[in-house]
Amino acid sequence: MPTKPDLIDVRDLSVHFGLRGGTLGRLVGRDAGVVRAVDGISVTLREGEVLGLVGESGSGKSTFGRALLGLAPATSGTIGFDGADLTSMSRSELRALRQSIQMVFQDPSAALNPSMTVAEAVGDALRVHGMKSSVERRERVVEALERVGLSPVQLFLDKYPRDLSGGQKQRVVLARAIVMGPRVLVADEPISMLDMSVRAKILQLMLDLKQDLGLSYVYITHDLASAKFFCDRIAIMYLGRIVEIGDTEEIFANPRHPYTKALLRAAPDPDPARAVAKDLPRGEVPDAAVPPLGCSFHPRCPEAVAQCGWEARDLRTLLETHWTRRTPEEYDAESAAVGSLDALARPDTSVHVGRGGADAVRSILDRIRDEEPDEPLWRGVADVTDDGAGVRVDFHPGVDPALRRAGGVDVACVLYPDDSPDDSAGG
Amino acid sequence: MTQPELDPVLEAEFQPDVTGDGPVISARDVRVWYGTTRGAIRAVDGVSFDLAPGETLGLVGESGCGKSTLGRGLMGLLPAGAKRDGEVRFRGEDVLTMSPRDAHRLRGSQLGMIFQEPMTRLNPLLRVSAHFEEAIRQHEPKLPKREVTQRALDALRMMGIPPTRYRSYPHEFSGGMRQRLMIALALVLRPAFIVADEPTTALDVLVEAQIVQILNDLRRDFRTSLLLITHNVGIVAEACDRVAVMYAGRIVEQGRVADVFAAPQHPYTRELLRSTISLRTTGLNFIPGSPPDLIDPPPGCRFAPRCPQAMAVCATTDPITIERPGGGQVECWAVGPTDLIPAGGTARLQQEELAVADEA
Amino acid sequence: MAALRRVLRALATPFTQTAGLGRWMLVIGLVITGIFVLLAIFAPWIAPYGFAQASADGVDFPKAGAPSGEHWFGTDRLLFDVMSRTIWGARTAIEVVILSILICVVIGVPLGLVSGYYGGWLDRVLLLVMDALFAFPSFLLAIVFSFLLTDLFGGSVLAVAMSLSAIYIPQYYRVVRNTTVSAKEATYVEAARAIGAKDGVIMRRYLFGNVIQSVPVIGTLNAADAILTLAGLGFLGLGIQSTDAAEWGHDLNRALADAGAGVWWTGLYPGLAIVLLVTGLTLVGEGLNETLNPTLRKRRLLPVVMTTREDR
Ligand SMILES: Nc1ncnc2c1ncn2[C@@H]1O[C@H](COP(=O)(O)OP(=O)(O)OP(=O)(O)O)[C@@H](O)[C@H]1O
Ligand SMILES: Nc1ncnc2c1ncn2[C@@H]1O[C@H](COP(=O)(O)OP(=O)(O)O)[C@@H](O)[C@H]1O
Ligand code: SF4
Ligand code: SF4
Ligand SMILES: [Mg+2]
Ligand SMILES: [Mg+2]
Repeated sequence: MPTKPDLIDVRDLSVHFGLRGGTLGRLVGRDAGVVRAVDGISVTLREGEVLGLVGESGSGKSTFGRALLGLAPATSGTIGFDGADLTSMSRSELRALRQSIQMVFQDPSAALNPSMTVAEAVGDALRVHGMKSSVERRERVVEALERVGLSPVQLFLDKYPRDLSGGQKQRVVLARAIVMGPRVLVADEPISMLDMSVRAKILQLMLDLKQDLGLSYVYITHDLASAKFFCDRIAIMYLGRIVEIGDTEEIFANPRHPYTKALLRAAPDPDPARAVAKDLPRGEVPDAAVPPLGCSFHPRCPEAVAQCGWEARDLRTLLETHWTRRTPEEYDAESAAVGSLDALARPDTSVHVGRGGADAVRSILDRIRDEEPDEPLWRGVADVTDDGAGVRVDFHPGVDPALRRAGGVDVACVLYPDDSPDDSAGG
Repeated sequence: MTQPELDPVLEAEFQPDVTGDGPVISARDVRVWYGTTRGAIRAVDGVSFDLAPGETLGLVGESGCGKSTLGRGLMGLLPAGAKRDGEVRFRGEDVLTMSPRDAHRLRGSQLGMIFQEPMTRLNPLLRVSAHFEEAIRQHEPKLPKREVTQRALDALRMMGIPPTRYRSYPHEFSGGMRQRLMIALALVLRPAFIVADEPTTALDVLVEAQIVQILNDLRRDFRTSLLLITHNVGIVAEACDRVAVMYAGRIVEQGRVADVFAAPQHPYTRELLRSTISLRTTGLNFIPGSPPDLIDPPPGCRFAPRCPQAMAVCATTDPITIERPGGGQVECWAVGPTDLIPAGGTARLQQEELAVADEA
Repeated sequence: MAALRRVLRALATPFTQTAGLGRWMLVIGLVITGIFVLLAIFAPWIAPYGFAQASADGVDFPKAGAPSGEHWFGTDRLLFDVMSRTIWGARTAIEVVILSILICVVIGVPLGLVSGYYGGWLDRVLLLVMDALFAFPSFLLAIVFSFLLTDLFGGSVLAVAMSLSAIYIPQYYRVVRNTTVSAKEATYVEAARAIGAKDGVIMRRYLFGNVIQSVPVIGTLNAADAILTLAGLGFLGLGIQSTDAAEWGHDLNRALADAGAGVWWTGLYPGLAIVLLVTGLTLVGEGLNETLNPTLRKRRLLPVVMTTREDR
């Protein structure tokens, strides 16, 4: 594919949200009381391209999408669009810009004002941008509705959202987005709330619109299957960062980041012949207000190594998981020796555990280790020393891996040493 | 991390008291209709299936085709104004004609239910421990407190929830943990049959896969039968023994997952599988139009207005349920029985053009 | 036009789609209230005499005359015809209530909208003021305002309506503010921002229509309360004077002295009118609440008759 000019150029974008009443957040960890919804993202969107943002919920996809329209305020970084920086624009400049960048929302029922008809909803986009003549507006609305396949248009113009099906509502949302003739559409999970039989129809419509109107898309999804089909390039996101970004084919042919691999393994496949037991990452997306040290993915990463950022909270999870496999009697005895786990609730790299004597605690830890010697956490343990009535566990210091070039894609993982001589952040 | 093999002690503790190989649930010609302001919605309209001990049956179909209604109808959890008839036998006992008292006794202790959004079913003011105590007490009031706790902790353990969390409140759990909590709550009474209505739809991809794996383990280790309602055919392929495809209130095709997915007989099954977007999708396919209005469904085959193979007979006469080539059942004139199709019935059906106006 | 259609549809749904008590409360309440509204509109034609008319054809009415063929409800000690005053009283009551609701809506709704939408210090100050007003015993507040306003405007309908508004505005404000606070988080508001709408547009075209839906219910319930407050003010001799307009509370006050003298008709009819209208309005309010509120609404379902198997 010949490289097209960049349409949107995001550099080091961060969007942080202050936590309300975040006493907990202030007590612990790094930047107190802040959720780093988007944490230093650099990416470009080329003319006519579909860029996919894929990740679980809470990875900052929606926030990034909203930031592209100026709906979420950037904490730092720049968003270049047509040579101008969106983050330093005034409110009225931003409003004018909305004619060029538009958004499609996840839940079509919530995205339409329940007390506006289809014609009013789509026409309002024109009205707020100063198109006074209602005849002219009507013409453009009819044209947009026809474009999104809502024909015969007369049947829909005066309907309220509640009289439409999910797919029809999403078509109205698309009509409202394209009626001003935008160049970029940010589509935030546009098909995930729709019935499966409608998903393909809406995706096909989006492809047609791209073709006919020369649109570029930022396609946000948690579903790798639709991303694989729809996107030219894919950025895999986790907890506010891009962890892997590259051309779709390369990402799917050679997934590199352990998180990408995990997502691929987890994608349900309707072919029963291929249903195999999967090696899934444990746990869930952690609290973004107190993210893990080092690599954010390390608590779930099956390939994690010594410098991935091991810390006290991982030890807590290890003990708790261990106890789901012990009998109640064993649990009672062991938890008495270990004592309260509250000391393990903070991101520390050196921590004291136990109150039942160093030997008792040590033997519990050894037992856990013997049961599962492959547990990656042990790779991160630097030392276990006697410390009063328990032991002190010291972890190797973690590094926070930056995006680096690895075989045609960019990956943020210590397993991939930088193979490009020059600066290659972004993509 | 793979789920470890199940501890034999736990396995014995939560194994339902099911013996023999006769079906646990046997539904015959079940109908569930809702009363509305416009007339009766025929949400489930003549459904038959059997569920063997330890078997998982996946129920798939478009939104609004009656999956949840069937699940709730089996459990007897229907809103006012709804009516059901037909025959549902739970280990030989007809549950539809049972007294409300007996039905209540059966629910929970023998029939369990897992919902899509666990938080709506958990009381935010009660600790996890209280939820378990209440559930167990309801059905086994004589069990000593120690044993109640023991059983609850074991159920949690089995779902990978550590005993340290036993006294937490539901809101202190993540989405996936809550769903595991719901499964533990359903299992703790050792039911022989569980209806799980879209248990993973509200979850993240990886967590969804974890729950599917748990369901899969249940299937492997327990003689509990599961009706797994989902709209995700991928999940059916991974976690079910058999699949029932539902369309407009009818099960149009059922059989072993491998058979049905490898060689779908009913045109709807075929179109549904084709329109699913998976990692192997190279082109988009979809079924035109939308499912019919269940107040006044079309005569004959309800899929006829959308079916690519519709014949003249389809628009006038109900298709007959026949044995599916390769096992299972299917109801479609294109599959058979050919000798019952009247003369001229095989002519291509003239269908109305389907526009977006008719779309779901 | 669309707005009108919406209102009409909103009014019609309770009848067409609901069942149970709510529906009947609404119907009975609307009938009672409707009768009073008709009386108010057509008072000059329905009432046999004027409200301050003491004689007809040069002949004085009897003083505190018992009900008779001439004066169905009797006359009072000022020689006025009780029936005429009761009917004209409906006009006063309805006028005051409509006017005060209008004032409440015109002031309370925009305040609530702006306060809820912008939040911040404006919201906090307004909340404080409104809460203070609300916490004050409402009747006392009405008395104070009515003293102040009567000084300015005389004992007119407007003055009384304004003093009543003062005690009800906080309720409208509260409800609208709270619904705005939750409605502004809705995706459709974000969507409006995404198409470039300004705050004013968002409030007018996106929030207004969705936050005023609870206003009819508070409106009718407050109307019932306002009738009582109005009568209370009149009973204390505040508010509207009997020569300016017929007012039930005022008449009750004057009837107080009659009761001991066996003259029951001067108090019974205005009293009955108050009770009836308050009941009617309360029924409408509660009925609306029950039928419009989806969580309380009981839908009228058609019974399910399952066909026999053969004709599935
Ligand atoms: N309480 C109810 N009263 C009236 N009609 C109902 C009720 N619940 C469901 N229905 C109707 O019954 C039909 C079947 O609904 P049901 O919820 O069983 O579908 P479903 O297959 O579970 O759909 P989904 O995939 O969306 O969950 C639909 O037409 C629905 O509108
Ligand atoms: N307005 C907000 N205020 C505070 N936190 C927010 C806000 N919006 C998003 N977040 C937080 O930012 C993180 C990323 O959220 P989001 O962008 O919605 O992720 P995604 O779309 O990938 O699910 C989450 O932890 C979320 O709770
Ligand atoms: S840096 Fe790489 S290996 Fe280490 S935890 Fe993160 S993803 Fe896993
Ligand atoms: S019966 Fe006819 S219309 Fe129905 S699925 Fe079979 S071929 Fe299609
Ligand atoms: Mg999101
Ligand atoms: Mg359902």
